Amino acid sequence: MAYAEFTVPMRKTHTILVPNMLPIHFKLLIKIFGQYGYNMKLLESTSRTVVEEGLKNVHNDTCYPALLVVGQFMEALKSGEYDPDKTALLITQTGGGCRASNYIHILRRCTEQNFPQVPVISLNFAGLEKSKGFKLTIPLMLKLVYGVLYGDMLMLLHNQCRPYEINEGDSKRTVDKWAERISKLFESGSYRNTKHIYREMIEDFASIPKSQKKKIRVGIIGEIYVKYSPLANNQLEEFLLSEGCEPVVPMLLDFILYCAANTDVSGKLYQYRNIKTAAFRIGYKYLHKKQLEMICCIEESGQFIPPHDFDDLRKAADKYISQGVCMGEGWMITAEMAVLAEHGTENIICTQPFGCLPNHIVAKGMSRAIKNAYPNANIVAIDYDPGATRVNQENRIKLMLANAKAAAMK
Amino acid sequence: MSIYKANLHRSELALGIDVGSTTVKTVILDKNNQVVYSNYQRHFSKVKEAVAAQLEQIAGVYPGETFPVCITGSAGLGLANAAHLPFVQEVHAAFVAVSKRYPDADAVIELGGEDAKIIFLTGGTEQRMNGSCAGGTGAFIDQMATLLNVTADQLDEMALRAEKTYPIASRCGVFAKSDIQPLLNQGARREDVAASIFQAVVDQTVSGLAQGRKIEGKVLFLGGPLSFLKGLRSSFVETLHLDAGHAVFPEDGRTFVAYGCALSAMKQKEAHKIEELIDKISNASADSAVASDPPLFSYPEEYEQFKARHASHDVKREDFHTYSGKAYLGIDAGSTTTKMVVLSENDTLLYEYYTSNKGQPLDCITEALGNFYKEKSPELTIAGSAVTGYGEELLKAGLGIDHGIVETVAHFKAAAFFCPDVDFIMDIGGQDIKCFKIKNGAIDSIMLNEACSSGCGSFIQPFAMALGYDIAEFANAGLFAEHPVDLGSRCTVFMNSSVKQAQKDGATVADISAGLSGSIIKNAVYKVIRANSPDDLGTHIVVQGGTFLNDAVLRCFEREMKRDVIRPAISGLMGAFGAALYAKEKSSGESSIIDLKALKEFSYTSQTAQCKGCTAHCSLNIIRFAGGGKFISGNRCERGAGVNPKSILPNLYDIKYDTILSYSAHQPFSPIATVGLPMSLHYYDQMPLWATFFKELGFEVKLSETSTRETYYKGQSTIPSDTVCYPAKLTHGHIESLLEQNVDFIFYPCMSYTLDEGESDNHFNCPVVAYYPELLMANNEKLSVKNFLYPFLDLNRKKHVVHVLHQYFSAYASKKAIAAALEKGFAALEEYRSKISSKAQDIISKARSEGKPIIVLAGRPYHIDPEINHGIHKLIASLGMAVITEDSVAALAHTPKLKSLNQWVYHSRMYRAAEYVASQPDMQMIQLVSFGCGIDAITTDEIRRILEENGKLYTQLKIDEINNLGAAKIRLRSLLAAMQA
Repeated sequence: MAYAEFTVPMRKTHTILVPNMLPIHFKLLIKIFGQYGYNMKLLESTSRTVVEEGLKNVHNDTCYPALLVVGQFMEALKSGEYDPDKTALLITQTGGGCRASNYIHILRRCTEQNFPQVPVISLNFAGLEKSKGFKLTIPLMLKLVYGVLYGDMLMLLHNQCRPYEINEGDSKRTVDKWAERISKLFESGSYRNTKHIYREMIEDFASIPKSQKKKIRVGIIGEIYVKYSPLANNQLEEFLLSEGCEPVVPMLLDFILYCAANTDVSGKLYQYRNIKTAAFRIGYKYLHKKQLEMICCIEESGQFIPPHDFDDLRKAADKYISQGVCMGEGWMITAEMAVLAEHGTENIICTQPFGCLPNHIVAKGMSRAIKNAYPNANIVAIDYDPGATRVNQENRIKLMLANAKAAAMK
Repeated sequence: MSIYKANLHRSELALGIDVGSTTVKTVILDKNNQVVYSNYQRHFSKVKEAVAAQLEQIAGVYPGETFPVCITGSAGLGLANAAHLPFVQEVHAAFVAVSKRYPDADAVIELGGEDAKIIFLTGGTEQRMNGSCAGGTGAFIDQMATLLNVTADQLDEMALRAEKTYPIASRCGVFAKSDIQPLLNQGARREDVAASIFQAVVDQTVSGLAQGRKIEGKVLFLGGPLSFLKGLRSSFVETLHLDAGHAVFPEDGRTFVAYGCALSAMKQKEAHKIEELIDKISNASADSAVASDPPLFSYPEEYEQFKARHASHDVKREDFHTYSGKAYLGIDAGSTTTKMVVLSENDTLLYEYYTSNKGQPLDCITEALGNFYKEKSPELTIAGSAVTGYGEELLKAGLGIDHGIVETVAHFKAAAFFCPDVDFIMDIGGQDIKCFKIKNGAIDSIMLNEACSSGCGSFIQPFAMALGYDIAEFANAGLFAEHPVDLGSRCTVFMNSSVKQAQKDGATVADISAGLSGSIIKNAVYKVIRANSPDDLGTHIVVQGGTFLNDAVLRCFEREMKRDVIRPAISGLMGAFGAALYAKEKSSGESSIIDLKALKEFSYTSQTAQCKGCTAHCSLNIIRFAGGGKFISGNRCERGAGVNPKSILPNLYDIKYDTILSYSAHQPFSPIATVGLPMSLHYYDQMPLWATFFKELGFEVKLSETSTRETYYKGQSTIPSDTVCYPAKLTHGHIESLLEQNVDFIFYPCMSYTLDEGESDNHFNCPVVAYYPELLMANNEKLSVKNFLYPFLDLNRKKHVVHVLHQYFSAYASKKAIAAALEKGFAALEEYRSKISSKAQDIISKARSEGKPIIVLAGRPYHIDPEINHGIHKLIASLGMAVITEDSVAALAHTPKLKSLNQWVYHSRMYRAAEYVASQPDMQMIQLVSFGCGIDAITTDEIRRILEENGKLYTQLKIDEINNLGAAKIRLRSLLAAMQA
């Protein structure tokens, strides 16, 4: 199929639109891309038109993330804000056995009809699609990894400060300050001194005046886009904060480690070895080391609760489900439920797009096993789609919270 | 309304307010937690007013009293927030109440207006609510009662007189409707249908909510429906096998949650004066975040112009009392309404009749026909008659109507009468949306709504009723709504909560009415037609069907399409009108229709029976007419109808299924152990491999039973996800079936990949097929690592497969023997595949020699399961077409250029089969899609494109646990009509 390709000269002329999945991270990441000559712009529209454009352009039985992402792109292109002759779209492609690998094709079908000149770029690490003008070089990838690490750190600190801050807005301001600072570090090249930077960050967040009031910690897990994106999950984090809870959101790095681990697991499971398994093993080891470093810094500060170690996640998975279950978020969702419950975050919201196929197995399918192992686990699965209303979702979450509060009283 | 007040007055009282989706309940407790006051009223969605009114009543009884207060209930959340009063989640309130009053209860089942809940109290407390896609609630029962044209109480009485129950889906009201309507149209006893509705609610609760946990011990039943519907109560008690001591129905079941809420209020520190509470509630204003559209008409003149434009599309009328000459009768026996017209020789309208058929089309028509005969001029003779719609065959058989005509063709004929160059017709009826494109004077493509969004026209009615309006009044209210709400485009269940939210946010009835009209249109345009722009549809659009009589709906459509369309003044009668035109066309000069004398003596009886023609055991409904003759429905093939057809072509679906079964034959003489293989999911593709492998090693191979509805019920209680596809759900029953057979172990490998056929970008199984064994293991207590073996295998890596199998079976065989058996298995699979391909060739050449069209019925391997396909292949064969499968012809073509990632093997076969069909002039493809198959959201668009680009018709049949062949039949017959055009 002849579709518009992103060429080298377009780097100079085109604005690349990017859907906003994780507000803190993505702001850092597009700045890094900026240093490599890509002019990227995050789409932050949450208007009703997003859903409407999605419904118009995507098969209505397609999962909600596809519908929202495509809707957001189409809304932006139709808004007149961007010159279609000087705009490109960027979308991730994972390449697994779940429908998400097809998002790019769904998107392309829409652009082909309305804006055939707009190139769609695939962001993938699996060697699926390539564009001449868009190259993930090793130094760029490395910087992106650091972007994810700092993003994760900021998200974690923000989530642990915001519910307790005495002066409203302190945590947010500290995040913004650091986001700015890290961007500068990426320019100057001194971004690699992670330990030092982590410690400073921790210190800074620790100095925010906080109340000592104990709050219920609620884990948010599930399909990656719905879990993170406020547009998709109806501002779930804000809702939990308004209910007096502390949201516990797993790291983005976990998902990257998960993808890296899967290639290795497949090799072991099906007894083969090749360059890919070797490369991913090295990548995994490197990333995991970086994760341990972060955990270590948080632990030594004694001020904040560190994220879980990915190796613990893998060990937890082995008790309930094979790591061979690797479509979508696969075994990681089951493992996250187990690890959260294990470490005292027994209240868990499992977010999923309505009709998500892997989640039949790994989320709803495994919650019974988790409940058996952790009788106090308080898990609620919430479906998201264009027709589900907020009232309905919030009522279910409130039920979970009522149980949580009753348990906390005991 | 009921008020109860004890003669007690103490100063320390607590007030609980339960605001459900349909009712408001208040309870006041004294300091000993005794109920001193309770009240229960419907709120007709005027939540704030209804709560304030109840508080006024309380103020009358307890003037100046101070209460700590709590609000609960699905509609209470918004109110509590807006009024700044404490809220307690309703399931939690119920939990508090039960722990207080019935500390020894083991489980609680509560059905409310739109929610269903279960609380497990012993053995790990757990509280559950229905998911966002789940019916089986009070609103569902109301909806079904409306369908039967009775009140909920009458429905209850009827249920008590039932003799049998039919399987009815209760996952959502729309599904149930499509189960019930055909039953009614075929003359099933209404009492039996009533009982079936209750049974469906029970099944839904047991499977959908309990999800694998057994409901046992002392069970408490709460909520409105369970407190006044005896039939429902007894269905629950029977299904759960409870005796009187273990089934508890508290007398105050309706206000029980409000009681729990009052208990929670006891703990509140702050108390409010009743008058102050009334103030707070009355002045509560929710922040209005509701999205709205511009008004439909800005000023009355605009509406007048609109009306005048549409009034111009009318037919001439003549009086049948005085007309003399030939006349032609057309009947449209639709799903909820029956229509009849009589036309003159000059196409003038002599007589029209339109009624809601109350589920009994035969009675409606005999009555209408009788009236017509009595009043018509003696010189008027019926020279031809035709019938269309669901009730077509019944009326043809019973009343001697000359011709039957497919609905779609009837509508086309009628539309062409008003607009000869019509190129797009859209018909929204009571429960169907039908759209078709016209090319070169014939129907080119047909789009019907899938089971999921059907019911779009008739769904306005329950909303109107819930808000206390009649349908016409309600529709008119929307015309001049100032801010029509945007309610989205989804099924009714979702719509209920959208409406709830809109009301909470302050939308008026008019805004909601206009919003619902908009939703109907959005559903039709974006879900059914899937149009991107108006130009996709056509330039000459005719709309029809009863729903378009609603001006608000019509206006929304024109606005969405950005162009004027034609709505004939007889928009609701178009099917009948088209049938009459057809009758005239085909007239031989006289009609065999029943005459007045025979009509006076006309009567019939209906009875049910089970067909014994084959293993499908179709449930038959036999209507015997007093004058002799009978009509049988419910049968899938000709056998049930008592016909013994001379030459039915062999059907590849049956052949494949029988071949798969045959692999359990020729067992080893003295087996070393027995292995159970479930007849489900990937086994329908790989049975030859595994059965051969195990027999070679000396195992006795046992297969699970032939799937039936019973199989589904067997495993129902271990299904954790109620939205997974039906083929996956059935697997649970197959595991039970194998356990019943006492096999030594069940072998069910997990497979991310299936065998690579070299024609796709990757070779995955879908996530459900790939990993279902993991889910079974986690949810069925009877399975253990000893009796359930589910290794991860990649069949493309034989060395690894041998290695893993040896780890599992080293006690039985050497590695060498395992490798050899596996080779035999692969050979058997190969042989099976070539057998199916060559059988397909046989069928093709036989069909060609007889001049019959050939249908590639494309699905997944497991669609050959009779419980999954519901006998659709037989239905196709009975219409005179040959049936082959997608895998039998996939190898005859290469994958065409696709616009999506082609990474699932089962689906990639369909792409190739479509490409092959495109090259064969006498072939068409029908795609079977299981409800809930997310991957088909991608494949359907691709297959449609492949076929349509090559001038083929695209037909899709969506299937689920429901067995509704009526809709499938219309679609198939339309396809046949389109093929012949």
